[in-house]
Amino acid sequence: MTTLPPPSKVKLGLVIDLDTCVGCHACAVGCKQWNTGGIAGPLTDIEPYGKDPSGVWLNRVHSYELAPTGACGTTPSQPAQTLHFPRSCLHCETPACVTVCPTGASYKRGEDGIVLVDEDKCIGCGLCAWACPYGAREMSPVDGVMKKCTLCVDRIYNENLPEAEREPACVQVCPTRARHFGDLGDPDSKVSKLVAERGGVALMPELGYQPVNRYLPPRPRRAGNDVEAVRETPAETLDAKALPPVLKWLDRILSR
Amino acid sequence: MNPALSVIFFTTLSGAGYGLLVWTAIGAWLQQPARGLLVSLLLALVLVSAGLLSSLAHLGQPQRAWRALSQWRTSWLSREGVAALVTYVPALCLAAALLPAMIAADARTSVVALGAAGVTCAIVLVVAALATVACTAMIYASLKPIPAWRHRLVLPVYVLFALVCGGLLALSVTAPTGPGRLPALLVAGVGAMALAACKWRYWRALDTTPLSPTRGDAVGLPMREVALFERPITEGNYITREMAFVLARKHARRLRALALVLIAGVPVACLLLGWAVAPLLATACGAAALSALAGALVERWLFFAEARHLVTLYY
Repeated sequence: MTTLPPPSKVKLGLVIDLDTCVGCHACAVGCKQWNTGGIAGPLTDIEPYGKDPSGVWLNRVHSYELAPTGACGTTPSQPAQTLHFPRSCLHCETPACVTVCPTGASYKRGEDGIVLVDEDKCIGCGLCAWACPYGAREMSPVDGVMKKCTLCVDRIYNENLPEAEREPACVQVCPTRARHFGDLGDPDSKVSKLVAERGGVALMPELGYQPVNRYLPPRPRRAGNDVEAVRETPAETLDAKALPPVLKWLDRILSR
Repeated sequence: MNPALSVIFFTTLSGAGYGLLVWTAIGAWLQQPARGLLVSLLLALVLVSAGLLSSLAHLGQPQRAWRALSQWRTSWLSREGVAALVTYVPALCLAAALLPAMIAADARTSVVALGAAGVTCAIVLVVAALATVACTAMIYASLKPIPAWRHRLVLPVYVLFALVCGGLLALSVTAPTGPGRLPALLVAGVGAMALAACKWRYWRALDTTPLSPTRGDAVGLPMREVALFERPITEGNYITREMAFVLARKHARRLRALALVLIAGVPVACLLLGWAVAPLLATACGAAALSALAGALVERWLFFAEARHLVTLYY
């Protein structure tokens, strides 16, 4: 059913720390590795070793340049920065990708808020991908059905795994611990506290889809005026009079 | 957005077909000759069916298409599917009502006086056909990530396209004579010009309205100026192929002019010719209909290809 369930108490989701993400793509690769054999699998590739490789990825890492800014309020001026930005499904509370689905293949789980695709019902019309502003859904050209992040629903409840591993693959694999998984519906959960402490944000909330995932913005850099400092470094000076005689002569010849 | 040919053929052909169904129902109510009505009804059903079949080519799993009829509570695509199939019922009923007069010896001129059931059938047909076109438009107009399609003229333009293309086809099939000729030609001409005016306004709005969220908003840092450094993959992927289509914006000006000429310029000239030289009426209206259909194809291609999806902010 593409009618949304009443808002769930538990809102499982990810919190992604843009301050510590180093853009290593391990989360993307870890996701691909787990999910190609998981319930969303296979995540097929076309010409993986060919000239124009392409394939289904449920998580992609973009890298951006942030331009330097002047001081703003209590934030000091910020230098230019590199921003690595992992992008995956945000498991919105009111996801348009679910309500536009004509078949009922897309659905939001009432118990924990995870948005999933039932691939046996999907007709591959692609409308849900059009309805998602975050680019979370990708069509498999081989299977003709839509693929998306499952929040590793086959890991997080998997009793065959040790308890410490019952987390999404992207969270498990992140070498800088930039990704956190938990219940964002519970204000006392670790992730909710982290979001409160670091001022976590939802992406494009004005569109009204109420994403559950949160992104923690980079912490303000301390020496915000570094840019100016670099620019104002005086040109190298040379005290020619202090040079040894041969070099003094060379300097005089070359300065002509 | 990637302009998939299957979807373009579907929206234009079945749009024209539903428009033709509307005019056929009105013609039956106005007691036009039975043969012309039956021919236009069958032509409409062929167009509608061809369009619907073409839309199946867009699906990754076409054999499951029947499932798309289930979620009419929330999905405009599902509503469209239901409305499209429902429309066949009054259309076939009307065809059955017209058939006896068609078989009669004087079919060219004989008319059918519709009874109460026939009139109900015609009214249901008009409503169902228009509802189907409106649902098609709403599939696009309801997608918030594609701001160009949220414009208030998207729905009227889809309906007008159906009525204009269908109306010109109806004129070319029935070639009305007598007192009904001038009003029919006038309605067609005014409709074509209104359609061109709507498209003109839509394109002006498209050019003057910037994409409202910025890349900063997209990555959750609205205060910062964000420039692309590296994409996730150097090659294209589903998202870039499907949502980031730039060719059309490069040639938009010429294609828009071409569409306007085909939608309004040529049809209005043909209608004038048909009005002046009565024996040429059917041919002129046929040419006008073909031109309007070609214009619809160009316009629909642009409608998809020009629209920017918000996900392009990330790329």
